[in-house]
Amino acid sequence: MPKTSDAQPLPRIIVDDIRKNFKLRHTHSIKETALAAIRRKPLTTDFHALDGVSFEVGPGESVALLGFNGSGKSTMLKMISGVLTPDSGKVLTRGRVAGLIEVGAGFHPDLSGRENIFLNAAILGMSRKETEARYEEIVAFSEIEQFIDTEVKHYSSGMFLRLAFSVAIHTEMDILLIDEILSVGDEPFQQKCLARVRELHGQGKTLVVVSHDLNMVSNLCERGILLQKGKKRFDGPSKEAVEVMRS
Amino acid sequence: MFRQRHLLSLIVRKEVQIRYRGSIFGWLWSYVKPLVQFFVFYVAIGVFLGMNGRVDFFPIYLLSGITVVTFFNEAFSNGTRSLVDNAPLIKKIYLPREMFPIASMLIAAVNTVPQIIVVVAIALFFGWSPSVVSIAAILLALVIVAVLASGLGLFFGSINVTFRDAQSFVEIILMVAIWASPVMYAWTQVAQVIPEWLFVLYRLNPITAAVELFHYGLWYPLGPTNGSPLPDLWLYGGIALLVSVVALAIGQFVFRRLEGRFAQDL
Repeated sequence: MPKTSDAQPLPRIIVDDIRKNFKLRHTHSIKETALAAIRRKPLTTDFHALDGVSFEVGPGESVALLGFNGSGKSTMLKMISGVLTPDSGKVLTRGRVAGLIEVGAGFHPDLSGRENIFLNAAILGMSRKETEARYEEIVAFSEIEQFIDTEVKHYSSGMFLRLAFSVAIHTEMDILLIDEILSVGDEPFQQKCLARVRELHGQGKTLVVVSHDLNMVSNLCERGILLQKGKKRFDGPSKEAVEVMRS
Repeated sequence: MFRQRHLLSLIVRKEVQIRYRGSIFGWLWSYVKPLVQFFVFYVAIGVFLGMNGRVDFFPIYLLSGITVVTFFNEAFSNGTRSLVDNAPLIKKIYLPREMFPIASMLIAAVNTVPQIIVVVAIALFFGWSPSVVSIAAILLALVIVAVLASGLGLFFGSINVTFRDAQSFVEIILMVAIWASPVMYAWTQVAQVIPEWLFVLYRLNPITAAVELFHYGLWYPLGPTNGSPLPDLWLYGGIALLVSVVALAIGQFVFRRLEGRFAQDL
């Protein structure tokens, strides 16, 4: 399956030997720094979140990033979305990237559902026209038509997540990044979201999914990339990747 | 930046809308605040300290200066805190981050509008008749403050991400700013006591130039007998604009340099 990118001359995502270190600071003020320097304690330790990872993702591929906690999956996803920049190496993407990463981050509790849809869609990079064109669809998907003019602070957490998810999944995109998000809402809504993600995949969008729900993820994605302690351990069919991970 | 006008306008509109959400009088408060502030200063500085006798039309003199400094203070301090306040967004979603300090400046500008309306209303009451030159002076002053506050907001905002000391430092700058320009007193009082070279330095302060341009536009046309515009006002106004543009360029440059670290440092 990783050979797909050879058939397609223009990959959607290129990750080229990227490294990311986080400096863990042990001191938090001048006083502590001075004391630590006198006692010759280390001021920082490096943590290698990602250590020389490379892969390419072709258009229309769906890729699961697998790995245990702290293996660098979420950092990888943030690199692809552009929130974090690598210390060395390159991340290249072609087309518009949208992330289902912590949906609802741009929501303001004092604004109504309608105002929040426009605000959040703009934060996710949509123009006014695009938002207006999809507005009905977004509201219908969230199933909260009757509360759309109520302030978001009065919403139940389920309603809030539905609306937030609905906006995020209706943005214009070529590459969709999903982080642990399909575990929100009740069972029917989850199924609906999954169906929508499959539909987007069917339209030829590229998916990159991070999840701990291994069964779901291996059904949704054809390809799995297993990360371990910031290094790529396996790249191949998702079912095999899950087996390698479980072994 | 300019391609994102839609997002910028939505952020500004959001802040403006929620400012008085849930209050009965709403935007009336933005008119009440400068008026009360004005009366307090008028009584304390005008009557008790005797400035009313020294400067004709002191109330307008005072209020127009306060308007400029308030605009600067709000734009600069909110711009400095804007990145830290929007940490959840910056950490999770990629969007042009310059948006936040610039939006803070625009929000401050919108909030200044009621205050300008109050000053102009009082000035009209005292017989102010606007001329092209006075309006040009007022606009130039607003442009100077907007550009300067954006530049400083970008600069200190991006430093504030890693070192929250910037926030405290900015508070001190702002505290000094209101006294470093002729808001509560007249520039003649300064010129009398300091040597010439220091007075040049005093006039090089862009906020001083902006405040004096405002005085020139709103207060001087009323014909105060014992007042005169700052010497070389337009020259120093031009220098102030230049300084502001340079500040904006430096702010932008530093912001670009530090931008890559925002998501992990917040």
